[in-house]
Amino acid sequence: MTSTLAADVHAATTAADGGVLSYAWLMIALPLLGAAVLLLGGRRTNAWGHWLAIAAALASFVWAVLSLGQLLGRAPEERSVTVQVYQWIQAGDFDIGLNLLVDPLSITFALLITGVGSLIHIYSVGYMADDENRRRFFAYLNLFVAAMLVLVLADNYAVLFLGWEGVGLASYLLIGFWQHKPAAAVAAKKAFLINRVGDIGLLISIMLLFTTFGTVAFHPVFGAVDGAGRGVMTAVGLLLLLGACGKSAQLPLQAWLLDAMEGPTPVSALIHAATMVTAGVYLIVRSGPIFEAAPTAQLVVTIVGAATLLAGAIIGCAKDDIKKALAGSTMSQIGYMTLAAGLGPIGYAAAIAHLVTHGFFKAGLFLGAGSVMHAMNDEVDMRRYGGLRTAMPITFATFGVGYLAIIGVPFLSGWWTKEGIIQAAFDSGGLTGQILGWVTVLGAGLTAFYMSRIMFLTFFGEKRWADGAHPHESPTTMTVPMIILAVGSAALGAVLVVNYTLGRFLAPVVGAPAHEFDLVHMLTSPYSLAALALMVVGVAYAWLRYARGEVPVTAPKGNFVTVAAREELYGNAINEGLFMRPGQQLTKAAVAFDDHAVDGVVNGVARSVRAASENLRLVQTGFARSYALTMLFGAAVVVVTTLGVSFA
Amino acid sequence: MDPMNYIVLAAIVFTIGAVGVLVRRNAIIVFMCVELMLNACNLAFVAFARMHGGIEGQVIAFFVMVVAAAEVVVGLAIIMQIFRTRRSASIDDANLLKN
Repeated sequence: MTSTLAADVHAATTAADGGVLSYAWLMIALPLLGAAVLLLGGRRTNAWGHWLAIAAALASFVWAVLSLGQLLGRAPEERSVTVQVYQWIQAGDFDIGLNLLVDPLSITFALLITGVGSLIHIYSVGYMADDENRRRFFAYLNLFVAAMLVLVLADNYAVLFLGWEGVGLASYLLIGFWQHKPAAAVAAKKAFLINRVGDIGLLISIMLLFTTFGTVAFHPVFGAVDGAGRGVMTAVGLLLLLGACGKSAQLPLQAWLLDAMEGPTPVSALIHAATMVTAGVYLIVRSGPIFEAAPTAQLVVTIVGAATLLAGAIIGCAKDDIKKALAGSTMSQIGYMTLAAGLGPIGYAAAIAHLVTHGFFKAGLFLGAGSVMHAMNDEVDMRRYGGLRTAMPITFATFGVGYLAIIGVPFLSGWWTKEGIIQAAFDSGGLTGQILGWVTVLGAGLTAFYMSRIMFLTFFGEKRWADGAHPHESPTTMTVPMIILAVGSAALGAVLVVNYTLGRFLAPVVGAPAHEFDLVHMLTSPYSLAALALMVVGVAYAWLRYARGEVPVTAPKGNFVTVAAREELYGNAINEGLFMRPGQQLTKAAVAFDDHAVDGVVNGVARSVRAASENLRLVQTGFARSYALTMLFGAAVVVVTTLGVSFA
Repeated sequence: MDPMNYIVLAAIVFTIGAVGVLVRRNAIIVFMCVELMLNACNLAFVAFARMHGGIEGQVIAFFVMVVAAAEVVVGLAIIMQIFRTRRSASIDDANLLKN
């Protein structure tokens, strides 16, 4: 490891001393208040509710920008600021404050969440204009922003868990927003249940941390990591990874993300592309010292990342539903981040940089997809698009910039940050480093292919529109956020990566960049050139197949790889076979045991008592004379017994 | 005087009473048979009292008479009421509790 253990830099925080940072909780409180007003206000707020929601999100963004300014005004080693809000739980030694930690890492996330979040709020005004439940939609969006900010601003695992569950709830509510569609309701439930599996992992890891260290706050835990046993740390690391897998749709808990596309498109852009699904990466980077103490867990993290990177890309290559293809891409890109986060300090900054640029270009791509769907009567099948670049020039341009950014065209955002990850993977050294590096290079080629496929199927080629489709450009409220995100997709990478600006900013939390920034090396290293070459091959192949070639309106049968990819690599079948069916059998067996064994004992006792009393009842004939006879007989028995006893 | 004769007489009277209680249906007759049994007991008490020269048996006989008198008052009243409502003095008909 070339850089210091993050534990060392984690040791010190300073308390907030008045000013903007002391009121960091406002960032969370404003959207929360917005959600409360919209949900409790009811129909009265229909007319202006969405503007209130936007104002709350924007105010939160402004506060985040001000906080960033304050942080930049401090010396780098004093940029971890704790803000105490109130005492949450106090029981003996167990002491949890609802404290916020404003440091470079959390403020980066806060800016991404509130910035992209605000843009998507604005976009939703146009996108959801015709929906009678638009107010409820905005309330949930605000709730999501608040919960996500709790997640990233928490200074201990318990508060982080609070936000973690909050975003899960918001995600559930928003995926199932059109609950009149059975598919949406089922998808929401599926997302919730699979996330529950991950949440259990996170919860158990928090309990383990408490039993090991007696506290769940970040800094005390990270400071004490060196003294703990490696076995415990490995267990904690793997359980944290399980939590991250659930939230970030990494293998093996990936199955919910593609179904989650049933939600409205702004939700897919905000929650299932830009912010919430990256919470897993945040968790791993934040828990860096724990993973550094557990190399096995780190290795598993990189393996999960690499596997998801390829699986997501392969799924993205075969889906005809534009949103599901983009969701496959999201899985794959988060795989990149997870892989980088598993590399340790050399990968953390790369992971976060890619996370931020991905937040921009993927949100832009999803908003573009939403714009296309808006124009095509909610058609999602890309085989029904084609030739849309003339009908929707702004959407085409913004989607195009996002497309060029994600496939890694040099000097656009995606290239800068993806190169960072490729470089970090090869730099990690050894055979693992080589394997991981080549996986990331191969992923770049696959990314180029599936994204080009989406691009060419949608905007190029012949018009394959359904009857009655009259595509038109979207309203200004939708195009302006798309334009802003496109600008970010183009330029943000350079801003963050040149001279490792973001890396240096994050250094107090995740460790300093391993080496000096070297643009020439970035451009001319063999790995970079290989990635570039594969990208060109991917684009060219997609051009031949989907722009030049005929695209049938109904999907051809395809070979077994295509079929497997369309079936999401049988993830659902595996879940069904391994967990759902045995689970159902188990519940059936439990019900049978309850019905027959437990109830059987109870009912058997009742039945025998009843049978006994039925028979006993026959004795009571109601004839006084028979009672008299019984009494006489009894008296005779008593007399005879008495005599027998006294003469014996 | 041989007390044995009195004891035998008391036993015979008691048996007649007991059999009467068991086999007759008319409530009045059953009632009279109960009285017969009580009086057989009284006879036995008095006979034993004379035999032992004590006074306790005679006292108990008086108690039994008092109780029997009270019982007659209550019992006859009940029989009267049952007869009035059901037009029957048969004890087999008085089986409301069973149903």
